[in-house]
Amino acid sequence: MTSTDLKDAIPVSLRVNGKKYDLRIDPRTSLLDCLREHIHLTGSKKGCDHGQCGACTVHINGRRQLSCLSFAALHEGDEITTIEGIGQPEKLHPMQAAFVKCDAYQCGYCTSGQIMSAVALLKEPCGSDDAEVKEFMSGNICRCGAYPNIVAAIQRVRQGAQPG
Amino acid sequence: MKTFQLTRPKDSAQAIAAAAKSKTAQQGAEIRFIAGGTTLIDLMKLNVETPQSLVDVNRLPMDKIEATPDGGLTIGAVVRNSDLAWHPLVRKNYAVLSEAILSGATVQIRNMATTAGNLLQRTRCMYFRDTAMPCNKREPGSGCGAINGMNRGLAILGTSEHCIATNPSDMNVAMAALEATVHVRGGKGERAIPIADFHVLPGNTPQRETVLEPGDLITHVTLPPPAPGNRSLYLKLRDRASYEFALASAAVVITAANGKIARARIALGGVGTKPWRSTEAEAELAGQPATEATFRKAADVAVRDAKAQSQNGFKVDLAQRCLTHALSTVVA
Repeated sequence: MTSTDLKDAIPVSLRVNGKKYDLRIDPRTSLLDCLREHIHLTGSKKGCDHGQCGACTVHINGRRQLSCLSFAALHEGDEITTIEGIGQPEKLHPMQAAFVKCDAYQCGYCTSGQIMSAVALLKEPCGSDDAEVKEFMSGNICRCGAYPNIVAAIQRVRQGAQPG
Repeated sequence: MKTFQLTRPKDSAQAIAAAAKSKTAQQGAEIRFIAGGTTLIDLMKLNVETPQSLVDVNRLPMDKIEATPDGGLTIGAVVRNSDLAWHPLVRKNYAVLSEAILSGATVQIRNMATTAGNLLQRTRCMYFRDTAMPCNKREPGSGCGAINGMNRGLAILGTSEHCIATNPSDMNVAMAALEATVHVRGGKGERAIPIADFHVLPGNTPQRETVLEPGDLITHVTLPPPAPGNRSLYLKLRDRASYEFALASAAVVITAANGKIARARIALGGVGTKPWRSTEAEAELAGQPATEATFRKAADVAVRDAKAQSQNGFKVDLAQRCLTHALSTVVA
């Protein structure tokens, strides 16, 4: 059964990565499930689905939020950005390039959420030292424990290193 | 998750009218306001909250932080926790509130969570969050799994034989020490509720956590002008350095001169069934020399009525040390 067959489906218009999507979805659909299952942007990941791991982090009106802890229907009129809107394989965001350069991941499952948080952090009142970066990144869990390299990647971008 | 209807009211009158049809504004409410959703959606996924209707208040004009003519502050109900914590007037005049908020949750959650939502934050007691377990708060009369169960993180103050669930908020603790007022609009007009009276003790009715009635919409919170020359601190003790609820915390707002404490406002977190203002500790401090001995005495008084459970007896000592350390730090 597709979502349009649901009798309780409601119309929802979302703007994701600059593109408008007119959908009919169950009101229970989390923003994360909507992005992944309806819009087919699968870069945002489902880890815990309870706001504890950060794998689903996206930007809403320029601020990082957890897409699993919100309903898609609450976001009409919002500007939503996912990892797909941050960069592409042929044109990486400097933060993505830094994650590659610093080997800031192992399995990669948490990485899109880490990068979404890290990109947002660049505009947040985060102090310059590593301890501050760790505190600001505490909402993104890495099961592989790539934390030292994640901090290094973020500091590399903050210190204005050129990619490569 | 049970299905629900989502309504988007044009103004607060519509929102109030929609929610007023609920039988209760407490646990089991069929109609809920939704803003950040960080507590409510989590609990809906667990079937602990099963509203039939959600009223989206995110777009209502309750998102401003403004100075009041008397030198205090008005904080809109849907002001996000991040915006409140980093606001220049909060940083300058109510640093304890900023510190408390920034010690809780994560950047992503603080970007979503609102002032009113944080006031209504639900307990993290695992028996409340698990529908397979008995819980008098979730299902009155079913018993309390936490008493004689896994209660290490639960309350030692304000408990009853029916419920020992901790109020998990950091923001509420600072709000209690700052003597905030919660402003509510409902079917019967507007009310201004001192935060000390906003949350209620579990007693025989742990399903009831606040004085809110169906249709009551929190519109804003006000803070009185800061006490001249005060020093403040929020000290939070927890199992991890970040992204963890308090085992014990203390919000202290102190005015001291010539080595003596003129005025003290004290609230504890992580140990009470509600944000735990201790007027007894405040009275113990007032007029006394700002010494370690005074602080220890005040800390003794603050937990005098503590009732330890099978696993959380350490909190009595921890709360005392937390308050003593906070006071020593702030007057140093």
